[in-house]
Amino acid sequence: MSGYSGTILRVNLSTSEIKKEELDSKLALKYVGGRGLGTYFIAKEVDPKADALSGANKLIFATGPLTGSKAPTGGRYMVVTKSPLSGTIASSNSGGFFGAELKKAGYDLIIFEGKSEKPCYLSIKDDQVELRDASACWGKKVSQATDLLTEASGDPKSRVAVIGPAGEKLSLIASIMNEKYRAAGRSGVGAVMGSKNLKAVVVRGTGSVESADEEKTKTVIKDILAKIKENPVTSTGLPTYGTAVLVNVINETGIYPTKNFQEAYTPSADQVSGETLAEKYLVKKTACFRCPIACGRRCQIDGVEGEGPEYETLWAYSADCGVYDLPSVIKANNLCNEYGLDTISAGATIACAMELVEKGHIKDDELDGTPLEFGSSEAIIEWTRKMGEGEGLGAKMAQGSYRFAESYGAAELSMSVKKLELPAYDPRGVQGYGLNCATTNRGGCHVRGYLISPEILSLPEGIDRNSIEGKSAWVKAFQDLTGVIDSLGMCLFTSFAIGADEYTSIFNAIVGQDWTTEKLMQAGDRIWNIERQFNLAAGIDPDQDKLPKRILEEAIPEGPSKGQASKLGEILGQYYADRGWTEAGIPTPEKLAELELA
Amino acid sequence: MLLEIRLFATFRHRRFKTKQMELPVGFLLGNLLKKLDISIKNVGILLVNGKHSDKETRLIDGDVVAIFPVVGGG
Repeated sequence: MSGYSGTILRVNLSTSEIKKEELDSKLALKYVGGRGLGTYFIAKEVDPKADALSGANKLIFATGPLTGSKAPTGGRYMVVTKSPLSGTIASSNSGGFFGAELKKAGYDLIIFEGKSEKPCYLSIKDDQVELRDASACWGKKVSQATDLLTEASGDPKSRVAVIGPAGEKLSLIASIMNEKYRAAGRSGVGAVMGSKNLKAVVVRGTGSVESADEEKTKTVIKDILAKIKENPVTSTGLPTYGTAVLVNVINETGIYPTKNFQEAYTPSADQVSGETLAEKYLVKKTACFRCPIACGRRCQIDGVEGEGPEYETLWAYSADCGVYDLPSVIKANNLCNEYGLDTISAGATIACAMELVEKGHIKDDELDGTPLEFGSSEAIIEWTRKMGEGEGLGAKMAQGSYRFAESYGAAELSMSVKKLELPAYDPRGVQGYGLNCATTNRGGCHVRGYLISPEILSLPEGIDRNSIEGKSAWVKAFQDLTGVIDSLGMCLFTSFAIGADEYTSIFNAIVGQDWTTEKLMQAGDRIWNIERQFNLAAGIDPDQDKLPKRILEEAIPEGPSKGQASKLGEILGQYYADRGWTEAGIPTPEKLAELELA
Repeated sequence: MLLEIRLFATFRHRRFKTKQMELPVGFLLGNLLKKLDISIKNVGILLVNGKHSDKETRLIDGDVVAIFPVVGGG
């Protein structure tokens, strides 16, 4: 079957056994690939109640049928595992070139099992696959480890996905970094890799991903490229300013969380905006595999080049920490990339710690003389370093804001959902987005159903951000479509320019199917439900479909959205009904049967 | 009446970031766009005091108007 390579690589790190298994094509189609297929294997093979950092958990690198193909932006892959941060299913997406390279080497998925006794890495050169000693790069930061491993591979075209010191030290907010700057960032997937003593995956693939119908593929791609070129977001906004263009938009609407969500507007946003970043620090823009958008930002500060910061990072380290000093934010972002830390969770945890200091929970003698008050540029840099090194109080902060705040008896100051830190929008001023955050299967996350698009950006059409009318149907549709895009292996940003019909067309052309759009969207629904089933079995009850206490109980105090409050309680029941779940939020037997999950 | 106009992203090119403007009470937002030589078809988000608005919105004294091209991210 075209699109898929047809082979799963199964690597047992306890026994060093490496097996190649045939991918069941019916199974592949049922779960599409990437996030969906990876979740299927985790749900089937991992006890949902297993300790996420034990050998009983598995770590899957999953490509989709369009990864490595000619599809525009078809370079995405997913890391799927049980999250040690949230205890939920985790699927963390990354771009760059690693995913495409893995597919070109001939593998749809790598499933890592067990735990290696000593630091190791997996080396893949097409069909030659072996586990190697990683002692020479263990302890090294991301860029140095990447350079060492690329050199050791003997092929500069090798692609490297690696953990930094944070993952090695089992920080629950550790990321996996590929090509130095692209991150499978969220949910602590880097800690799972670290717990297995697996430093990296190095891959070189010389094959190609064929289409079932080359002529049809050409026609569909031409149409998609034209739509990407015509669309102002994908043709101008993202290439010119990157994701950071949102800083001013979100601030001007008064939903820009400031000082750990204590406020939602700042007069200083433009000092750390995409416009300012482009004017002062941008060296060049960069693109991932087969991407015509090129939203990547290569920035330089004090002679050091790095990529980003992205919008969410800019927010976490600036407004959320009350710091409006762009050079320091860029440095903190670079440190996260080097240590392998999720920039959203790292910045948000520092912001939470700053509020713990402000409220008197953290005493001066715990700080080793390092400032930790809102507005301190030194704090965001030094505490990021301490988290990365696991040094002093930084080691405790590296477990994420929930555990950190809970250790002071103040868990309510963690602005997280299911222990995953919320991104850069105040849910009180955007009701659909709030519902999405409360219900996502991996916790506080914006990229599972980006309702900011219609509610704030008026794309594909504007809807009233304060109303709950029709919002649950919007959220379900966005969540299901996102599940599909994440499983195909394309970038979510294409959805600014194209819709479900175009994803169906490109899937049909490359994989050789004649699916309807409804069938593709049903696969998204299936993916959502299998994730939900895993979470329920893991003990993540529906009462976790909520938002932080502050968000649920207090209105936005100042700024353009002053007085707006969360309406989650009024809308959650409708969402469960739209999903075909019981009033208690459990998928019904009929729904599971309809999705062939019973 | 006195308004504060804030422009963002590409709309700043050859214009300004922030400017105070004196206009007649009830001035239409659509007419303000014309005055700024911004075509409505290039506008993604029009905010008056942080609230989504359109070209028919009539402005009043003290309004803060923010004008963005079509943008996205996340």
